[in-house]
Amino acid sequence: MATAPRRRRPLRLASREAIWAYVFLLVPLAFFLGLRLWPAVQSFLLSLQTWHVNPDMRNFVGLQYYREMLNTPRLHQALGNTLLYTLISVPTQLVIGLVMALLLTSVERFRGLFRAIFFAPYITPGVAVAWVWGWMYNVNNGIFNAFIIQLDDWAAALGLTWLSFEIQPFLQSPRQALVSVAAVVIWQGLGFQVVIFLAGLLGIPRSFYEAARIDGANAWQVFWSITLPLLNPVLLFSIVISTIASLQLFDQVININFTDQGGPLGSTLTVAVYMYLEAFERARLGYAAAVTVLLFVIILVITLIQIRFLNRRVEY
Amino acid sequence: MKKVAGLILGLVLFVGAASAQTTITYWQYEFQTRMDAMDQLIEMFEAENPDIRVEHETFAYDAYPARVATALAAGDGPDVVQLFYGWLPAWAPAGYVEPLPAEHFDADEIAANFAPLVDAAMHQGQYYGLPTAVRSLALFYNLDKLNAAGFDGPPVTWDEFIEMAQAMTHRDGQRLTEIGFGVSPAGQDHHVLRTVLTRQMGTEPYNEDYTEVLYDNEAGLAAFEFYTGLITEHEVGVIEFVQGNNGYRDGFRLLENIAMIIDGSFAIGDVERLAEFNWGVTELPVFEEGGVQSNYASFFMNGLSPNAFADEATLEASSRFLKFVTSDEAQLLWMEIVGELPASRTLIADPALAEDPVYGPFIRAFEYATSEVFFDEGGQRDVMLDAINKVVLSGVDPATAWSEAAAEDQAFLDAAER
Repeated sequence: MATAPRRRRPLRLASREAIWAYVFLLVPLAFFLGLRLWPAVQSFLLSLQTWHVNPDMRNFVGLQYYREMLNTPRLHQALGNTLLYTLISVPTQLVIGLVMALLLTSVERFRGLFRAIFFAPYITPGVAVAWVWGWMYNVNNGIFNAFIIQLDDWAAALGLTWLSFEIQPFLQSPRQALVSVAAVVIWQGLGFQVVIFLAGLLGIPRSFYEAARIDGANAWQVFWSITLPLLNPVLLFSIVISTIASLQLFDQVININFTDQGGPLGSTLTVAVYMYLEAFERARLGYAAAVTVLLFVIILVITLIQIRFLNRRVEY
Repeated sequence: MKKVAGLILGLVLFVGAASAQTTITYWQYEFQTRMDAMDQLIEMFEAENPDIRVEHETFAYDAYPARVATALAAGDGPDVVQLFYGWLPAWAPAGYVEPLPAEHFDADEIAANFAPLVDAAMHQGQYYGLPTAVRSLALFYNLDKLNAAGFDGPPVTWDEFIEMAQAMTHRDGQRLTEIGFGVSPAGQDHHVLRTVLTRQMGTEPYNEDYTEVLYDNEAGLAAFEFYTGLITEHEVGVIEFVQGNNGYRDGFRLLENIAMIIDGSFAIGDVERLAEFNWGVTELPVFEEGGVQSNYASFFMNGLSPNAFADEATLEASSRFLKFVTSDEAQLLWMEIVGELPASRTLIADPALAEDPVYGPFIRAFEYATSEVFFDEGGQRDVMLDAINKVVLSGVDPATAWSEAAAEDQAFLDAAER
């Protein structure tokens, strides 16, 4: 015989909803903790040990791998390259993406079609993109050099003797290879930027523009005083996301020069590719884990700086 | 009711029978002829051993080591696993493969039955696996192209090689349309440079116990300058003329825009299957007729992963399978389908094989071939690759690039766990 339960004061509707929201959030939280955070902790622990498939056979080496990173020129080269990729691809994607999105806002017909076409590269697998671009860059059989030769032929046909075009080594040149890969990354990420910017631009109330026009603002003033400030949250999002993607660059690099991954002479090597090669070509997962920790810290710091300095709330 | 009881009884019997069978997993990388050969071998093995079932799984070559590492760490993956002998110094300390168990494999017997180069399947004095086949290098040539260029047959000396390769290299304005030699530093050429050309020029690349790099001398530099000269001076080929891991081979057998390549015997089956022209194979050229010959011999071996040691039945089944796929019978079938040469001492000494127009050049090469010991196969390959790239792509002085390579290579030898 159970005693009658004590009557509790019923919760307010809002509180009840919040509790249920928490309950439902627990599921993805458990998922996130188990599949994201726990492996991250594991990989930190791994960075302090020598690698063996059997955990009992791993030896604790403390910060040895972190010290090794200080004295490894190849890693420093990879870090420099990664930074360079980011400095080239993020601003370029942002500027071109914004210009394209602005142009798209001024057309109504076929806007969806344009958007879909620009977005297509983004959803194409990086591996396939890298392979196709690798072929296009091929010195003797690629389409880019075919185009250069065509230009040269036209110049000759027009009698422009002072003008000549020479075929380029692209991926086969330690000087051009990084920029060539960065071009692929930019081409691929551009559609994403366009879509994000377009959504941001269309979210800015028309009334601001109308008011500005009535006050006699020119297009440039409108852009600087209305569009750009109100686009700030979208811009910040774009910058942070594309910076992280760029710092983790892997697919395009490892697949575009299959016989000399990260080459020639390490000129396209990124931290992520370096880490992969150390982990699986050399079976040095302990050291590779230390490199992932370093990459994590770098991404964290850069992202925090970006959020700190670029986040400006603007309200009108 | 009776029906249900019968069904249950049937099910119980079925499960009982199934559990008496041991299932083991075999892993290798994707390569059509190798997969075909292994499928046939598994079929034969299962017919002889009805109590064992073998699952055959393959992965793209580049993803293969990563798959092995992650699967084994998760307690999953293969029982019997294929690996390049050069990976052993990395794989053994990581625990991807275990020494062959003494109760199933006798070291003296292995040494007696297999060709001497199979010693390279040892790490710190213990065998970690056995090969089904061994490979050496030879020059593949497109006979139609040679004839069209006015030559009756393949080159014997490097001078002839250069002359023929130049005659078969064609340009259209700024671009090359066909090349005489399928340059591939990352393919087999880094072996050609390190193991073949150095010795032909008169220097051992390493000392006997592989503690010292010896090629940083005049002869070594001459070898290096000869190789890079093929690209920079004689212009008989360029790096990555055809894109991709097997680009040089694709250019030879499929696109027919590469006239000659240096490749391993593993390519025989593939070329036979795809080439629609008259082709041949010949021993690697020498600097003068009757001069020093040299070659690089290597092999993929089959080893036992820690999974194979999970219980008695699995170890028994895995060991039996490993013995079968490295038996004489399996070696002959492998040769027929893949083109790789048998690893057994007696089979490889078969005089009929040495006379074979295709296998012959590879077989004869074993008499003067070396299986270089690697401590970091990828790293030591990159040393050669970078040295070549420095000269060919960045215009660095060969002597500088070669000395730097020797120093980097020496660092790998110094860091090796022996």
